[in-house]
Amino acid sequence: MEIPYTVSNRPDTGLWNAKIGIWLFLASEVMLFGALFSAYIFLRIDAAPGTWPHGLLNVPVGTMNTAILIISSVTVVLAWAALKMRRYRAYWWYMLATITCGLIFLTVKLAYEWPQKFEHFGAYIKPDALAKYEKYLGNERRLEKGLEPRIEITGHLHSQNATEYEVALDPVNADPDDPAMDRPHFIPLPVTDKIATIEKADVQRATMFLPTHSAYFASYFTITGLHGLHVLGGVIVFIYMWLPVSKKLYQRNPEHLANRVEVSGLFWHFVDLVWIFVFPLFYLL
Amino acid sequence: MSLKGFHIVFIVFSTLLALGVGLWCVWVDLVEGAPVYLAGAIASFVTAVALVIYGVWFYRKMKRLRIIT
Repeated sequence: MEIPYTVSNRPDTGLWNAKIGIWLFLASEVMLFGALFSAYIFLRIDAAPGTWPHGLLNVPVGTMNTAILIISSVTVVLAWAALKMRRYRAYWWYMLATITCGLIFLTVKLAYEWPQKFEHFGAYIKPDALAKYEKYLGNERRLEKGLEPRIEITGHLHSQNATEYEVALDPVNADPDDPAMDRPHFIPLPVTDKIATIEKADVQRATMFLPTHSAYFASYFTITGLHGLHVLGGVIVFIYMWLPVSKKLYQRNPEHLANRVEVSGLFWHFVDLVWIFVFPLFYLL
Repeated sequence: MSLKGFHIVFIVFSTLLALGVGLWCVWVDLVEGAPVYLAGAIASFVTAVALVIYGVWFYRKMKRLRIIT
């Protein structure tokens, strides 16, 4: 049975069916991501001073991933244009470039950025024990300068027993009185070899940089994880349309394949547009 | 909206992002005085200009090929 309106427009809508379908789907996606972004913004506005993590993500890596997604949007639209011009070979190469960009993005995210966070440790100190860890927090100087106090000690978890954590400190806690440590470092500094011993009784909560660490990382992993799933879905669809099975469709009805690439390209652009908002919100601001 | 229209919208947002990143780099450079941020600002502004040029090229090409109607 022939599926109607895959190429020609429906008389009542004036569009072919898949285009209506993808825009309805994208409308629901706007609501999904819109709700998550709203939640993030309200959580951040409501956070107590000094408690919202800042400058913990690797900006150069995030910038590179942003550039990769922008390039992939260019290659997918060029793939579609090549199909419109009936240049299948060019389409094949542009689609391969798009798939490669998507896979690089996912690899960087899953094999580098996320694991780097999973290895990092943070201990929030109880308010009545902050003075005990002043040499790692530098709050006296910070208050004199009108800066927000530090309440967390971060680094790599060296070891722990029933009563203590041993943490290889981040530079910000290894040398808290250095004026260079007053601001977040968007290009991460390596962990120092200075070890701090923190008593568990003095710790309000301690965790690796997982969603349980803070509302910031909970939002970060939720939104980037959901976004990553969308990227994966897009890559799977592109791989299907890049495989020889699509060439058969191209030979039978090239416009039908062009329309399929157009709707998947619309989805891909939406996913990339979400990242355009994710990057400044989580990495820069 | 077709893919070509959405692509132009996307390029506009990407250009705004590149400008935003450039301004952010200028701000961080003013606060920290690290030359690497100034280099980032220059790279971001160059990227913004490149995106505008690409957007105009893309629109004209689509129009010439009658893919934009």
